[in-house]
Amino acid sequence: MTDAPDVRPGRLAPGAYDQAFADLHDPFDGHEARVAAERCLFCHDAPCVTACPTSIDIPLFIRQIATGNPLGSARTILDSNIVGGMSARVCPTETLCEEACVRMHEGKPVEIGRLQRYATDALMASGRQPYRAGAPTGKRVAVVGAGPAGLSCAHKLATLGHAVTLFDAKDKGGGLNEYGIAAYKTVDGFAQAEVDFILGVGNIALKTGVRLGRDVTLAALRADFDAVFLGLGLDATNALGVDGEAVSGVEDAVGFIARLRQAADLSSLPVGRRVVVIGGGMTAVDAAVQAKRLGAEEVTICYRRGAEQMGASLYERELAQTSGVLIRHRVRPHRLIVEGGAVRAVELMRTADAGGKLVDTGETVVVPCDQLFKAIGQVFVPTDLDGAGGLLELSGGRIAVDEDRKTSLPDVWAGGDCAAGGRDLTVVAVEDGKRAAVAIDRALRPAVAAAAE
Amino acid sequence: MADLSVTFAGIKAPNPFWLASAPPTDKAYNVERAFRAGWGGVVWKTLGEDPPIVNVSGPRYGAIHGPDRRIIGFNNIELITDRPLDVNLREIKEVKRRWPDRAMVVSLMVPCTEDSWKSILRRVEETEADGVELNFGCPHGMSERGMGSAVGQVPEYVEMVTRWCKQHSRMPVIVKLTPNVSNILRPAEAARKGGADAVSLINTVNSIMGVDLDAMAPAPHTGGKGTHGGMCGPAVKPIALNMVAEIARSAETRGIAISGIGGIETWRDAAEYIALGAGTVQVCTAAMVYGFRIVQEMIAGLEQFMDEKGYARIEDFSGRAVPNVTDWQYLNLDYVVKARIDQDSCIQCGRCHIACEDTSHQAITAMKDGVRHFEVIDEECVGCNLCVTVCPVEDCITMETLVDTVDKRTGRMVDGSYRNWTQHPNNPMASAKLEPAE
Ligand SMILES: Cc1cc2nc3c(=O)[nH]c(=O)nc-3n(C[C@H](O)[C@H](O)[C@H](O)COP(=O)(O)OP(=O)(O)OC[C@H]3O[C@@H](n4cnc5c(N)ncnc54)[C@H](O)[C@@H]3O)c2cc1C
Ligand SMILES: Cc1cc2nc3c(=O)[nH]c(=O)nc-3n(C[C@H](O)[C@H](O)[C@H](O)COP(=O)(O)O)c2cc1C
Ligand code: SF4
Repeated sequence: MTDAPDVRPGRLAPGAYDQAFADLHDPFDGHEARVAAERCLFCHDAPCVTACPTSIDIPLFIRQIATGNPLGSARTILDSNIVGGMSARVCPTETLCEEACVRMHEGKPVEIGRLQRYATDALMASGRQPYRAGAPTGKRVAVVGAGPAGLSCAHKLATLGHAVTLFDAKDKGGGLNEYGIAAYKTVDGFAQAEVDFILGVGNIALKTGVRLGRDVTLAALRADFDAVFLGLGLDATNALGVDGEAVSGVEDAVGFIARLRQAADLSSLPVGRRVVVIGGGMTAVDAAVQAKRLGAEEVTICYRRGAEQMGASLYERELAQTSGVLIRHRVRPHRLIVEGGAVRAVELMRTADAGGKLVDTGETVVVPCDQLFKAIGQVFVPTDLDGAGGLLELSGGRIAVDEDRKTSLPDVWAGGDCAAGGRDLTVVAVEDGKRAAVAIDRALRPAVAAAAE
Repeated sequence: MADLSVTFAGIKAPNPFWLASAPPTDKAYNVERAFRAGWGGVVWKTLGEDPPIVNVSGPRYGAIHGPDRRIIGFNNIELITDRPLDVNLREIKEVKRRWPDRAMVVSLMVPCTEDSWKSILRRVEETEADGVELNFGCPHGMSERGMGSAVGQVPEYVEMVTRWCKQHSRMPVIVKLTPNVSNILRPAEAARKGGADAVSLINTVNSIMGVDLDAMAPAPHTGGKGTHGGMCGPAVKPIALNMVAEIARSAETRGIAISGIGGIETWRDAAEYIALGAGTVQVCTAAMVYGFRIVQEMIAGLEQFMDEKGYARIEDFSGRAVPNVTDWQYLNLDYVVKARIDQDSCIQCGRCHIACEDTSHQAITAMKDGVRHFEVIDEECVGCNLCVTVCPVEDCITMETLVDTVDKRTGRMVDGSYRNWTQHPNNPMASAKLEPAE
């Protein structure tokens, strides 16, 4: 290992990036959509609806596609999930609605995700705005974080007539839709188009570049607004727990993906010749596949347990494998091999399952790499909430909430990844935001009614 | 191996699969291709008097599509042949000469005067065709001119024209019936009285296939205006089967040769017509949709079926199902079935439940012991078959015949007895005497 680490941009031929990062799923054309829609049985008390965190009336929206009413279909979807366009692209449907679909008995579910995309795309293409802000209630709500949770909450509140101020620390809204989701799942600037569409309801003022804890405090928001919703997501990542992580070539997978998503020109993005990704979830797969598509020659995912325990679904795992990514199971990082301040290899310890407990076998293996991405989970950092004087109760390191997504503070709600008990999925964040909005509305209504008298 | 050859109204053919009078039989070119593909006979596209009619140059056809664009119903506003009479006659003669073993029947439609029929029959006879079919069925265009279904809907005309044709020709006469009547037996009886050797049915059903909601006109339309057409294809088969059965079992028409037409796509469709009394079948839509090659499946399939059942010839099973077609009043009211849901093949879609719950007898559960579960409640099930028809899984729900058990819905012992409406105590007109099913 005497050569310099090989991390450089432009591994692909100039024209090849578009192809490499093209849409993962071809959108349906009208006929394909109708054929796919005809497979839906319009089930009674449909299992797919039960499996959907936002309870979209799936048989109804599919029937609307079958009858040639895609815009009405989109309306059915968005009424339950305003981030329905992105959800159609990123939901692991294979473990949600499509897994529950009764057509699975014959091995092939109704393609609910692609149908949802067909309908929501049709609405976006039509340029129509089906939603309007509700009759003004005179109430003001602060929503912090413009990711799926915050957007969903803000939209629902606006339709109910509340004036929303939506704060985000970053300079664009969208949260991980904009900075985290794999590029080939959301092509052509869809994330921003969707944010614009959602804000198009009116009565939502988006203030970017405002960070709670730095530019504004929770106490101040509580004083200025009638209610506060926190949709902060997760900000930090777990550490590998090996010495000398802060070396050149070692990076958080989410950071790498965010740079990739924001790159104006993918050919300017450096990537290693040999890349190792540590982790077993969706983020690990996304980082590995995108590194491969940028032209990395060898990409290896290292996961400490077996295939069944991986957070990434079977579909995601297959996507990695068919993209040419090698998945190694039952290995955990033991030691980084560093030369001249840059990572050159990782020494992995083989693990075994001893009655459900992970133990080291003592055997190690060395995998050379020019770049190493950490994708072993993100954590919530509550420092931004300091202004609340530690009033906000946490549970398992995230904000504790009840059924309504209400926190321990009477006028503060929270949802999405930052709230305890979630599943770290876009669609779950949307549901949290929606539920919180309904609960906030309920809490503010009596005051609205009283003021009117 | 089964012998598919037939002699129908005196006309011989190597198999019962004939092409119906329609575009597939409008020219020597098409008919030659059909014979090469294996069709046993053709009924040439309907001939009329010169000058030839004129067709619209806009869309002639429309369709109802099922999922994936499968044609379920097909519609046309085409008239009879638009080629000069002598061209058609010359081609008929040439083709018959080249294919002497195939049935060559010529369809005819001329004004309702004896001279018109007499003169065209003479010219057809010269072609050495095997027979004629009288088109009393075309429901659009020609009917406005007093021909086609305008004749077929008036039994007296049917009888009169049939009689002329028998008088002025030595050829077998097949009368093609229109389904656009309230009782198919009347024109069929008239045809028989007039001396027809056979009837063929059905021609197309009056139809508007859809409405263009932008143009606010029937779809398809001719420059903004539409007219009704004639529908055929798989959707009309049940209508045609009933009419064939009615003719086959009625005392006045029983025994007349029947050529079954309407929605035949496969050997099975054909076998069903034959079981209800048809001696041959005719096909139009399926050939227009899939091409002539489909006849190979029909021939092979029918042979296989007959071999399996031990039928050596078509006559061996032609009409076998007719005695089992009866009037409602003779159905056994003591016969009881209950739905049974096979839990192993149930995919839990719940359609049986919601259909029964919303629209019928509340006889299927949705939940059992707190879990999703679909099961028949015998106390409520009337054996209606709705759940069987809505279930997306073949054979998942079946009907079990009760034998020597108590029907939990009525509390009555089901012991294999027979009692029809004519004997039922609830029937004010019931006669004590048992009238057996026909
Ligand atoms: C790489 C990656 C890939 C993923 N892929 C999928 C996928 O394919 N499918 C899927 O369903 N899920 C996926 N997820 C998970 C999904 O993205 C999240 O569950 C979802 O985005 C959570 O939404 P959220 O609104 O809670 O948080 P986020 O989307 O993280 O949004 C939080 C927002 O709050 C802002 N914010 C944070 N702190 C502050 C502060 N102090 N002040 C102001 N603003 C602040 C942030 O800037 C951000 O915009 C993925 C996650 C990652 C990391
Ligand atoms: C385009 C078209 C033209 C037809 N023309 C005639 C015709 O000229 N004479 C006739 O007797 N029947 C005509 N028919 C009716 C067919 O012969 C046949 O009776 C009817 O289509 C039902 O059979 P199918 O379901 O197999 O198509 C025509 C049907 C179609 C579709
Ligand atoms: S479970 Fe499948 S078939 Fe049933 S309603 Fe949902 S998508 Fe349609």
